[in-house]
Amino acid sequence: MSMTTPPPAKITIERLSVQYRDGTESLRDISLSIPAHQITVLFGPAGGGKSTLLRALNRLNDLVDGVRVTGRILLDGEEISGPGVDTVALRRRVGMVFAQPVPLPMSIRQNVVYGLELAGVRDAARREWELEKALRAAALWDEVQDRLDAPAVALSGGQQQRLCLARVLALEPEVILLDEPTSGLDPISTAKVEQSLQEIKRLYTVVIVPHSVQQAARLADQAAFFLQGELVETAAGRELFVTPREARTNDYVTGRFG
Amino acid sequence: MAPSLATLKPPARASRNWGELIVEALIRAAGYSAILFVFLILLFLLREGLPTFAEVGLGDLFAVRWYPIEDYFGLLPLIGGSLIVTLGATLLAMPLGLATAVFVAEIAPRWLREILKPLIEVLGGLPSVVLGFMGMLALAPLVRETLNTPTGLTAFTGSILLAGMALPTLVSVAEDALDAVPRSYRDAALALGATPWQTIWRVTVPAARTGVLTAGMLGIGRAIGETMTVMMVTGNAARLPDGLGALFLPVRTMTATIAAEMGEVANGSTHYHVLFTVGLALFLISFLVNLMASAVVFRQKKRSERLLS
Amino acid sequence: MSRHTTQRLAFALLTLAAIVTTAPIVLIVGYIAATGLPAVSWEFLTTMPRDGMRAGGIWPAIVGTGLLTAGTGLVAVPLGIAAAIYLAEYAKDTTLTRAIRIAIINLAGIPSVVYGLFGLGLFVLFLNFGTSILAGCLTLAIMTLPVIISTAEEALRAVPQSFRVVSISLGGTKWQTIRRVVLPQALPGILTGVILGLERAAGETAPILFTAAAFFLPQLPGSAMDATMALPYHLFVISTQIPGMPIQIQYGTALVLLVFVLSMNLIATVIRARARAQRQW
Repeated sequence: MSMTTPPPAKITIERLSVQYRDGTESLRDISLSIPAHQITVLFGPAGGGKSTLLRALNRLNDLVDGVRVTGRILLDGEEISGPGVDTVALRRRVGMVFAQPVPLPMSIRQNVVYGLELAGVRDAARREWELEKALRAAALWDEVQDRLDAPAVALSGGQQQRLCLARVLALEPEVILLDEPTSGLDPISTAKVEQSLQEIKRLYTVVIVPHSVQQAARLADQAAFFLQGELVETAAGRELFVTPREARTNDYVTGRFG
Repeated sequence: MAPSLATLKPPARASRNWGELIVEALIRAAGYSAILFVFLILLFLLREGLPTFAEVGLGDLFAVRWYPIEDYFGLLPLIGGSLIVTLGATLLAMPLGLATAVFVAEIAPRWLREILKPLIEVLGGLPSVVLGFMGMLALAPLVRETLNTPTGLTAFTGSILLAGMALPTLVSVAEDALDAVPRSYRDAALALGATPWQTIWRVTVPAARTGVLTAGMLGIGRAIGETMTVMMVTGNAARLPDGLGALFLPVRTMTATIAAEMGEVANGSTHYHVLFTVGLALFLISFLVNLMASAVVFRQKKRSERLLS
Repeated sequence: MSRHTTQRLAFALLTLAAIVTTAPIVLIVGYIAATGLPAVSWEFLTTMPRDGMRAGGIWPAIVGTGLLTAGTGLVAVPLGIAAAIYLAEYAKDTTLTRAIRIAIINLAGIPSVVYGLFGLGLFVLFLNFGTSILAGCLTLAIMTLPVIISTAEEALRAVPQSFRVVSISLGGTKWQTIRRVVLPQALPGILTGVILGLERAAGETAPILFTAAAFFLPQLPGSAMDATMALPYHLFVISTQIPGMPIQIQYGTALVLLVFVLSMNLIATVIRARARAQRQW
């Protein structure tokens, strides 16, 4: 195995702890670096804090009352976790796709350009260009190009989820977070989404919580195993799934618990 | 790589924030305004009502004679009038309303429900003066003839109409409470061999009892506060009701007194101040009833939160 | 008595109760319509009254009710919706918020005649507006506020939380989210509540008794500082205080008021039904 210099970290997480108002500790002392232009997979059993970590990366935890965050998160070397951070601008750089597809109650076109409208992009030509680019990148363009003004709810589940991905891509973010994006989808839609991710990672940094260990293994350029708020271990590629160092990781990956 | 969104400038941060800050401040002010209005109302009632106590002794206020022309400001007949009419209305409306709510929520087929609910809503929308009008022209003569009373303008007539006005609120709140009872309760009872009626009577209704109680209180609140209807059908005789027979005699409620006499008082006179005091009393009564109703709801909510956590 | 006989008896009583509750509505509306319709003509609706109200039309009362309702809406709707937005989207669970809610519940329960006294004390006398449309509208507006706030808040809360989260995650601010997604989706529900609230304001007599209403005005109100005639007050006076008032005119007036109020009810119901059908969530 050749020892090349590690790729530059897009996101650096330093000793992050997240605690909710009722005292439950969602994350304990997490330190992790997320390389650019790779797919980083956060996997583990339910309640491990993976979703909380994702939401810390785009400050979506701010929406919950009484959440205490200690530690630092750096995006391209700049801190995004402290007070005084422009969270609105941050969320354009760090986009998120949720587990359930949430098409906004508007047309397909309006959904995709929604983020651009929020940002004040008034140039219609620019919006159309981003619209097509995003839909193509999400592998949805062919299926909807002739009905862009139809309501988004008319799409199937898999299409809606790809729409949500396109919605994020339209903002040309730097990081894309995905929280079990294919958990409600059939295998074909799942494959389409996974394929999109493999293609777009060249341009973006992807952090994904998969809905199965198998999906984690399929996608991971870097994998991190979480158990009850603790980061147990990380490794590149498929290492964690084949030769994990920790017994707990091994037990989970081989299905002894979960 | 395509240019990042940094090149597409959003509205400058300063102006974006300024506009939003102003809007949010206005929204916040609007939210607080409710408290402001309650205070304002109390304030002005006090302002015009408090002079009463300088001019009329407390003992005189709690006398049994209301005859302002000769300086008799006894409030008891008015309070008695309001009480007896409200009591009558409650006795009529509660069982009727609960029964109707049960019918609509549990027994009526869907198509019937779609007819009944809007119909009941229409009743709620009828202006009180229209009901008073019909009461005066149609109901009062009916009461007089069937019950052989000297006049049809009695507390009883008022109670009937008030019950009618309280029913829509009562029925809809009780119906919501019944709907909120989990399906599983009904299914469990039926599975144990209970008839639908037994299920309703012994399981569903008791489970919804706080909601039904709230409905009752809101209905009562509505009844106490009614003005035009009672003014037009209760006969407006300010006599202290003595015993249940008074139900079939004319009475005067607090609300009708204010409405009827306010137009004729001299500004700043004792009569004027006393009328405001009556208004103050009404304000406080409705405050208390509503406080109790919301305390019940609040306690119920806390209990169910504990149960479900 | 067997269980099944009990049930049959109980159900029969319940059905009877439902009939007793709903039949009068049909009877009242029907009777007023039947008796009042002959009096209602184009002339009745659009001309001024004559002969001490015993003849002619009720046009000024219709105009007055229209003005009062519109004026009330002008004040209560923006204020009420804003307050509802505050409660649904911004307010945290603090004592202050609970105080606001208690205040709203209390405003809802205050008898309408007490609102009349309040309006008299504050707007007519203290602020010196006199008996005027302005005083009447402000009084009615505060009275209508609780209804609008409650229904609007419910409509806002019904909008799925996921929409808000998505909008924020795409770089939206709170207000942008409200303006672009939440409010438009809640609009039908809010509108229904507004119409129902204004329907009540249109039909109320007691709040305008001392603040805006006059029985006989030789001409239509010229400004917001003038008093006005109004349908509910008009009906009250002609049915209780005018000797020799033709009964048909009384029923005709009642019918007009009823139509005014019930058509608002109908519009609100239609909006609610259509919104439910067209919802995209």
